[in-house]
Amino acid sequence: MCRRATDFTVNTMRIVNTKEIEEKIYHAALKAGINLTADCENAICRAYENEENQAAKFALETILKNAETAKAESMPVCQDTGMAVVILQIGQEVFLEGKLLTDAVNDGVRRAYADGYFRKSVCDPLTRENTGDNTPAVIHTEIVAGDKINLTYMPKGFGSENMSRLYMLKPAQGYAGITDAVVETVRLAGSRPCPPVYVGVGIGGTFDQCAFLAKKALTRDVGAHSDDAELAETEKTLLKRINGLNIGCQGFHGNTTAVGVAIEKAPTHIAGLPVAVNIQCHCVRCVKEEI
Amino acid sequence: MKKLLLPLTKEDIKNLSAGESVLLSGEILTARDEAHSEIFKLLDGARPLPFKLENAVIYYAGPCPAAPHKASGSCGPTTSARMESFAPRLLEYGLNGFIGKGEMNEATREALKKFTGVYFAAIGGAGALYGNAIKKSECIAFPELLSEAVYRLEVKDFPVIVAYDCRGGSIY
Repeated sequence: MCRRATDFTVNTMRIVNTKEIEEKIYHAALKAGINLTADCENAICRAYENEENQAAKFALETILKNAETAKAESMPVCQDTGMAVVILQIGQEVFLEGKLLTDAVNDGVRRAYADGYFRKSVCDPLTRENTGDNTPAVIHTEIVAGDKINLTYMPKGFGSENMSRLYMLKPAQGYAGITDAVVETVRLAGSRPCPPVYVGVGIGGTFDQCAFLAKKALTRDVGAHSDDAELAETEKTLLKRINGLNIGCQGFHGNTTAVGVAIEKAPTHIAGLPVAVNIQCHCVRCVKEEI
Repeated sequence: MKKLLLPLTKEDIKNLSAGESVLLSGEILTARDEAHSEIFKLLDGARPLPFKLENAVIYYAGPCPAAPHKASGSCGPTTSARMESFAPRLLEYGLNGFIGKGEMNEATREALKKFTGVYFAAIGGAGALYGNAIKKSECIAFPELLSEAVYRLEVKDFPVIVAYDCRGGSIY
């Protein structure tokens, strides 16, 4: 039997109009397109101070100046204003009213990309025809406990996205296989993804879940480590190995090839060991809001 | 820092060495993925291009729209490797070189030697700074491609590093 919510059951829920979500997305998209995250800018500053290679130091200095210019003039920090990736963690006690959630998110993105003079970079994969307004956004929803909505907005550029990889390892390859896969991905990417990069790693789950874990890892502040002690240790070890590759800022060699490694894991099947490596360029742009 | 006026002469190109920083001023043309497809449809069909390749420098870039008071929006380089299959033939048609980011293939490096060309690296992700170095921007071909169209840019003191010189030298 199909039961309908009564006024009584609705009364116990918090009502959120999706217009409010659209407004949050609009402002998050505008802010993200123009500003690096504070943690990313700090990491670039440290890389600059720690760099001895002249070309790499010049590049790091240029990146820092660029961040200041973008802020001062409200210009996109990078012309690749990305595909809009939106993660919505929706409390189970939230009742959504108003326009369709998907439409609300896309309307927020559309308005921000027009008003911010952002590049519209979304096209049909086969005809390559541009959709003209940077929609649709990539929207992930999770139902969580509570009556809040946590919104994460991340514009993802494709110079770095193109350098990402997914491995379906054998369980026997274990820890060594995982870490080698991550280092190999960064090595093969070389100068192309705009290093210093931020490396998001997903371990476990299914093929699709693993890729999402890697993306989600990139929403963590640069330099913050996993709560899981073993993963936190692996993040530190991997960062050292990656910075030993001597790719450096823009591929000009030097001390900083990556500003951080973030790992997320999930249980997987007894027959498999998926590992996804999502590369983020040095323009880490991510805005988090609570509704 | 060395300052160079565009178009470059072959002598200018011969005097550049990988790793050297240069400020470029003058005209450059943008072209990225889709513009290259359109350029080669015309070239392969022996039809004329709406602009000259001889002595030109192509900037692998797709700008943001310009705000009302600006000549250009943000306009940093895109990954050059995606256009490397086209690069040697463009040099053969008389192009002087490219501006982009990241390594390109061996065939491109060989063609830069053969045709005395140069590949400059702009700093990827520095879109706002490069946008401000653009003093004039005009769409000159394939407007339907929006940001992927060909724009003629007039730049002033546009900071780049010589990535590949015409003797096989490389910064990478």
